Amino acid sequence: MGLKALAGPDVANKIEKRFPGAIVEIQPAGIVVKSQSAADVMRFLKESPDLDFNYLNSVTAADYFDYFEVVYHLTSMSRKHTFCVKTRAFGRENPTVPSVTHLWQGADLQEREVYDLMGIRFSGHPNLKRIALWEGFKGHPLRRDYL
Amino acid sequence: MQTELITINMGPHHPSTHGVFRMRVTLDGEIVREVEPMFGYLHRGLEKLAEGRTYTQIIPFTDRLDYVSSMAQNFGYCLAVEKLAGIQVPERAEYIRVIVCEMQRIVNHLIAVGFLINDLGALQTPLQYMWREREKLVDLFEMLCGQRFTYNYMRIGGVSQDLPPEFLPALRKFLDDFPGYYAEFEELLKGNEIIVSRTVGTGILPRQQAINASASGPVLRASGVDWDLRRDDPYSIYDRFKFDVPVGTRGDNWDRYRVRMEEMMQSYRIIKQAIEEIPEGPIRAKVPNLLRPPKGDVYAHIEAPKGELGFYLVSDGSIAPYRWHVRAPAFINLTALRDMVIGGKIADLIVTFGSIDICLAEVDR
Repeated sequence: MGLKALAGPDVANKIEKRFPGAIVEIQPAGIVVKSQSAADVMRFLKESPDLDFNYLNSVTAADYFDYFEVVYHLTSMSRKHTFCVKTRAFGRENPTVPSVTHLWQGADLQEREVYDLMGIRFSGHPNLKRIALWEGFKGHPLRRDYL
Repeated sequence: MQTELITINMGPHHPSTHGVFRMRVTLDGEIVREVEPMFGYLHRGLEKLAEGRTYTQIIPFTDRLDYVSSMAQNFGYCLAVEKLAGIQVPERAEYIRVIVCEMQRIVNHLIAVGFLINDLGALQTPLQYMWREREKLVDLFEMLCGQRFTYNYMRIGGVSQDLPPEFLPALRKFLDDFPGYYAEFEELLKGNEIIVSRTVGTGILPRQQAINASASGPVLRASGVDWDLRRDDPYSIYDRFKFDVPVGTRGDNWDRYRVRMEEMMQSYRIIKQAIEEIPEGPIRAKVPNLLRPPKGDVYAHIEAPKGELGFYLVSDGSIAPYRWHVRAPAFINLTALRDMVIGGKIADLIVTFGSIDICLAEVDR
């Protein structure tokens, strides 16, 4: 019993068939996809019947200086499995990844939090405003170079 | 008749918001037309602060996330570090963790239900009954770790100290009395006409939306989703206990109230089983003070009293985490608040907000 963490290569095969070239890196328990294809891949993960990721656990991000990594943790309640998808946003000025709020409403506040504290824009988010800090705050505190 | 919409600020200081939370509400008479929740009054930047602390030093931070259920927060964090570093926890420590976590769930739900009834206008009296039971459990926690609040009890690889000899007899005494008091709560509240008429059919969160909006915990289950991580993704030793998962049908305020009441009895069942089976033995694995987990990232989640509490940790092999993120259940449960209250009365907004059961320290971090 318990949730099965799907292996990165298994899911990567399925995605590679549908979206050739979308995958940047395959990890043991997750994949890294190109930000341009992220929205399509996420839709595929949600809507394909044998994956059926209907529940978005969490959206967060980490700063690795060369790029930002946005991390999505997904669960399928019917298939009882989990998976982790990452996508990378480049540049310090205006890093952007597509929003997934149209797929999972649960991403709404979490993407706003990532935008506020990490400074990553989510294109297509209906209400991308600061959430923990006030409008007019300079900088994004969770970036590693924010002191 | 021509009427004008008015916009008012509810909070940040308002008796019903359980902390500093502001809702900008647009009203058409008594009907709510728009709600914009405003966060951040209690933002302390815990995720940033954690990047400058060792893994052990972060444990007190987790107490200050959801301070109503600190034990569960300790547990979730320690579990994530143990998963990252591959640490095996001794059997006795696992049992102690489960016992205190389930006690904590009872405390949390007593407070949640007590304040919900308070929001409904039954000022103080029912809350005092809940408070009385909570007090007994808090006394037990004090016996255990010297603290009545923000316990800082768990450690990576186990717990900080063993159960004192008088703990289990005192807990048994509490468990013997609890069903009687629980029946009293039920008698006092369940058939109360005001509670029924104010909660049934208000603040509805439909099943599909509950899943889509990443709701978790009692909020998700009240909407009819049979999902509990203790059963569906058993962590620690939860697979050894028999318990049911109470589920609602309509997803209204009544169901959220009922699910919490019934969960208390399930926690009671788990504690009963755990204190019968608890073995002797060590209570902490050997873990270095300056723990250096291997490079990598991990996501671990538990069923905290308020919902799915997740920790996402990134380690760069040093003594401090490279990234420390909390998936706070109360924060994410608020995603659907707007859809639950629009079109209803402003009085129901207060009740719906109370029934989500949030703790602002966790929402804002």
